[in-house]
Amino acid sequence: MSTITSLSNLRPGSSGEVVSLQARGLARRRLLDLGLVPGTRVVALRRSPSGDPTAFFIRGATIALRREEGWEVLVQQV
Amino acid sequence: MGLTNQATGFRTLRENFLPASTGGYLVALAGNPNAGKSTVFNALTGLKQHTGNWPGKTVLQARGKFTHQGHTFTLVDLPGTYSLLANSVEEQVARDFICFGRPDVTVVVVDATCLERNLNLVLQVTETTNAVVVCLNLMDEARRKRIAIDVPLLARELGVPVVPTAARRGEGLAHLKDTIAAVATGALCPGPAPIIYDADIEAAAGQLTRQLQPLLRGRLNARWVALRLLEGDATLLQGIQQFLGVDLSEPGIKLQVKEVLV
Repeated sequence: MSTITSLSNLRPGSSGEVVSLQARGLARRRLLDLGLVPGTRVVALRRSPSGDPTAFFIRGATIALRREEGWEVLVQQV
Repeated sequence: MGLTNQATGFRTLRENFLPASTGGYLVALAGNPNAGKSTVFNALTGLKQHTGNWPGKTVLQARGKFTHQGHTFTLVDLPGTYSLLANSVEEQVARDFICFGRPDVTVVVVDATCLERNLNLVLQVTETTNAVVVCLNLMDEARRKRIAIDVPLLARELGVPVVPTAARRGEGLAHLKDTIAAVATGALCPGPAPIIYDADIEAAAGQLTRQLQPLLRGRLNARWVALRLLEGDATLLQGIQQFLGVDLSEPGIKLQVKEVLV
């Protein structure tokens, strides 16, 4: 059984599957609009030199998320 | 300028792009970033494009014209967005134009190689307005990646016409123009499949819709506004006040929203 962590903890090069979103309201809606629905496979691509944001590959597009946005997304490491 | 906008109401936004004296039809072009929206725009308008500026906004928009079957179409290239829920200035500009600019047709350009990501925006647009055409672009790349799309089935499921194109090669553009013209003139009336939510959301939305109908008087889709209010979208309230002159944040109306939420 692999561990559940937040998207922000994924190291570049590793991937995870979305388990749930902890955000509420419009922040939740924004994450859903970006394609982060439960079951979605996400690959962490690279981190900005300053450590934030991180680029993720989500459903056919590369999207940069800030650490505080990524915290709200729980993923299962795969 | 702000004062004029307020005083003359929602017509201003449309007339800013299509002066009443010009005639013809207004077409909005929406789509995700990188779906080839600007390629479609350039392919349809040729060299006649120039950029326009949104009133009071710094986001540049391209505007151009084309004629087809004797009609003139003014095409407005909206900023590329994944959503219409006004999370950013770009999304708000796109949302406000589709809602308050009253385009005769809204074309949603989608990336055929990445359909599931793009269909989210299509559903958001068809929830707002019926006059929608889906331009299934980058079909050449989809073929190269061996992606097969059942276009008639997609059109049936969505309830709106779907036109496959490869805009950079000029493929499908004549069909796209025919379809835009048919929807603009009313020869073709798309009937998007309604999105049904959970019973409690439907009950609340239905109750709010009935309260909103007399206030909006058909100028906006009341069900769609009800759903956005339930989500707590405050930017839509600003838009409704700015373009329609209806203040939905009046104490009386606010109370009714609260009652529905309880």
